Amino acid sequence: MTEPLLSIEGLKTHFFGYDGLVRAVDGVDLEVNPGEVLGLVGESGCGKTVTALSVMRLVDAPGRIVGGTIRFDRRDLLSLSASEMAQVRGAEIAMIFQQPKVSLNPVMRVGRQIAEQFIRRRGMDEAAAWKEAIGLLAAVGIPAPEAKARAYPHELSGGQAQRVMIAIALSLKPKLLIADEPTTALDVTVQAQVLALLRERCKALGTSLILVTHDLGVVAQVADRVAVMYAGQVVEQAPVERLFEAPEHPYTRGLLGSIPVLGALKPRLVEIPGNVPTLDGVSVGCRFAARCGERLRVGSRCETEAPPVIARGPGLQVRCWLADPAAADKERALA
Amino acid sequence: MSSLALERAVEARAVIRRAGWRWTLRQLFRKRTALIGGAVVLFLIVCALWAPDFVPYDPFKVNTLNRLKPPSAAHWLGTDELGRDLLSRVLIGARFFVLVCLISVSIAASVGVFLGLIAGSGPSWLDVAVMRVIDVMLAFPYILLTLAIIAILGPSLWMAMISVGIAGIPGYARLVRGEVLAVKQEEYVEAMRALGAGPAAIMVRAILPNVASSIIIYMSFQMPLAVLAAAALSFLGLGAQPPLPEWGAMLVNARTFLRTAWWTSAAPGLAIFVSILALNLLGNALRDVLDPKSK
Amino acid sequence: MSAYIARRLMLAAPVVVGILLVTFLIQALIPADAVNTMFQGQLSDDDAAEAIKVMRAKYNLDRSWFEQFLIYSANILQGDLGESIRTRQPVIDEIGYRYLNTIQLTLASLVIGAVVGVLTGIVAAYKKDSWLDVTAMTIGLFGISMPAFFFGLVLIFVFAVWLQWLPVIVQGWQSLILPALTLGLIEAAPVSRIARSSMIEVLSREYIRAARAKGMSEATVIFHHALPNALLGVVTILGLQVGNLLGGAFIIEVIFGWRGMGELAVKAIQWRDFTITQAIILMGAGTYVLVNLAVDILYTWLDPRIDYSAT
Repeated sequence: MTEPLLSIEGLKTHFFGYDGLVRAVDGVDLEVNPGEVLGLVGESGCGKTVTALSVMRLVDAPGRIVGGTIRFDRRDLLSLSASEMAQVRGAEIAMIFQQPKVSLNPVMRVGRQIAEQFIRRRGMDEAAAWKEAIGLLAAVGIPAPEAKARAYPHELSGGQAQRVMIAIALSLKPKLLIADEPTTALDVTVQAQVLALLRERCKALGTSLILVTHDLGVVAQVADRVAVMYAGQVVEQAPVERLFEAPEHPYTRGLLGSIPVLGALKPRLVEIPGNVPTLDGVSVGCRFAARCGERLRVGSRCETEAPPVIARGPGLQVRCWLADPAAADKERALA
Repeated sequence: MSSLALERAVEARAVIRRAGWRWTLRQLFRKRTALIGGAVVLFLIVCALWAPDFVPYDPFKVNTLNRLKPPSAAHWLGTDELGRDLLSRVLIGARFFVLVCLISVSIAASVGVFLGLIAGSGPSWLDVAVMRVIDVMLAFPYILLTLAIIAILGPSLWMAMISVGIAGIPGYARLVRGEVLAVKQEEYVEAMRALGAGPAAIMVRAILPNVASSIIIYMSFQMPLAVLAAAALSFLGLGAQPPLPEWGAMLVNARTFLRTAWWTSAAPGLAIFVSILALNLLGNALRDVLDPKSK
Repeated sequence: MSAYIARRLMLAAPVVVGILLVTFLIQALIPADAVNTMFQGQLSDDDAAEAIKVMRAKYNLDRSWFEQFLIYSANILQGDLGESIRTRQPVIDEIGYRYLNTIQLTLASLVIGAVVGVLTGIVAAYKKDSWLDVTAMTIGLFGISMPAFFFGLVLIFVFAVWLQWLPVIVQGWQSLILPALTLGLIEAAPVSRIARSSMIEVLSREYIRAARAKGMSEATVIFHHALPNALLGVVTILGLQVGNLLGGAFIIEVIFGWRGMGELAVKAIQWRDFTITQAIILMGAGTYVLVNLAVDILYTWLDPRIDYSAT
């Protein structure tokens, strides 16, 4: 087994706002292997974006990483100095965002925003960098790249802007790309194209991808492995086929139930009752317990004791009492 | 400056409407800067009304034996080139500060609000005509506009205050016109009209109360500027004339003694500075309380 | 672009007519005794009456206001500013060099105000709510409360009297230092407030986070990514600030004996030399209109998002 490219252990990122403490990320364990596409899914507010930003160390105040380790390529990212971390960003770990049009600098030409990477990070001269930029624009499928390089961001469509963001992110051939809801803001018709491009470019460069999304359809299309987050923690990790075939965590089952299936006679839209907990109180027991339809099967333990991460096979982990062998015995006994 | 002021005034209106004046005042009392600013302004008003009753010396009494004396126990702020007590003169001078606040600002606000109301709610030719006049006034830098008006009216204390007032008109007119146009679109105004309310009734009952709060916010920006301009005109010799103890006018003679008697300049200069600072502290605090973004 | 400029010029035309009208009022509404006083005590009453009549005819004061305005406007548009009532010299000779002096002072102060203001604004925004920010904003509050004429006296006292770094009477470019510093530092206060709020807004934008995600150094993020966007906010108020500076220059000139238009305007108003006053106000307002026009055009050029072919 190869060593993981990124391994996050016990990551805690809390927000110290005026209204008190918010534990947006509260003990996340996650691994990404070289060349792998990991889908990071969950409802909005579950902490997946904050997890992604924590890896980049770009969490804005009043947020702060308060615990855990993030190891990337045999280095501890959290112990790097600010300028060392800046060296890592873009060159080794890159990130693209949900709103591509506002993530590009409005007063800088598109080509310049790509070329800047080569000029500032690789010491290339203007002309060579510009040439590279045009090559990258062509590689991400922008038509007439010479002309578009001279355009300003407001002259691009959303899909084009995200392609430009991908070009910038992959310009220095990073080992890891984090894509935070990269297609959410785009038209449905271009979502699939951008996803395909993202996967194709990452495979071509051997870049690992963390795809942060609330959309399991996107995950099914692109990911090799999936991590499901709930209330600041990863509740289930599994290879993508396994997750869709046999989800272990009741929350994952709920999420899968809520994917609308195109062309199905009856939309399988099953809502999970209740809301994501607000993450500001101290929780006892399982965080999903209040909304869980299956908690009765293992008795009152769910409300009083937080479930540990339970390994269920290679690359398969669940944070649920139902996966506890003892619980399984009990269930069998009951039956 | 003024476009920023307009924007903040409009934003603040929404907050006042939601939270009410009493809440606003209570918040204001919690702010230290507002209390300091308010205390200074209150003191200036007390001086303006009753200073003659408690100043230590006659502010006009010339005493040639006592010329240019530095601050001492007898004369806390020293004496000027004619031996007059500077503390007494500065305290009496507060009345000019209060006069400018009252006269200049009420000219600017009343005429400006009136023009804004008729431009916003009158026929379109009236709107165009008023706004043309406003545009022309805004085409002059503020101080140059006051100078032009002084040149027409002739230099004196009263004309200086009037000219500062006139120069302040366009800001209020533009603010109120924009507000009226916005309020006119709102449903309850449409409803009043549908129920047969005349334009005058709509203006008094619906539009004015709405616009009042943004006018007050705008005033908090404009009042310090008006006071500064009036003091500057007096300093240039185009406003209050010596021997009146107006602070700007006091500086005219004082500055010739800067080398030998700095206190003659410091007393009136600091008086202007502190009073305008007080107005700005009050205004800042008010706008902080009413800034929707600060919450 | 040229179509946009043409349209902007057309919009400015009625304003120019309005400015002419206001400056014309200076001569039209001038009390009759202004001309009378010019000859008082110099001539016998009969001679004075005759001279006044000649004078009034010479300045067309005996015609209707409408005719006067047309004559006045026509002269101005031909570049003829008339002659000084007091010195009988052409107005252009009296104020030409003074105009340049005022512009020189205004520009120098603008540079000082913009550089000091923008830099403190950036630092305050970047270190928002730190002691640096609080200090900068407190000084800024003092700055907007400080009358320029008093601050000028303070600087004279500190530099010329107390520290004796500069002689009070100085020659050449050195004489520009204190007045430009006075006006520039006062001006830095509002500029820093606007630069700060503009910068705070820009720093919270997604593209700044994206620039950091690209691995740009903090200096690059601030000066190459944030600053150009924040400066757009500063440029929008630049025109207004030039108006403040021009007005401020008029006052500062009196303190420092800087031979500009303001110093003359004060005398001209007191002497009722209305042709000089008219010309000074006219040139001040005209410059202000031109600067605002230039700022508008500059802005469309700086901000690629503005499409100047529309509306």
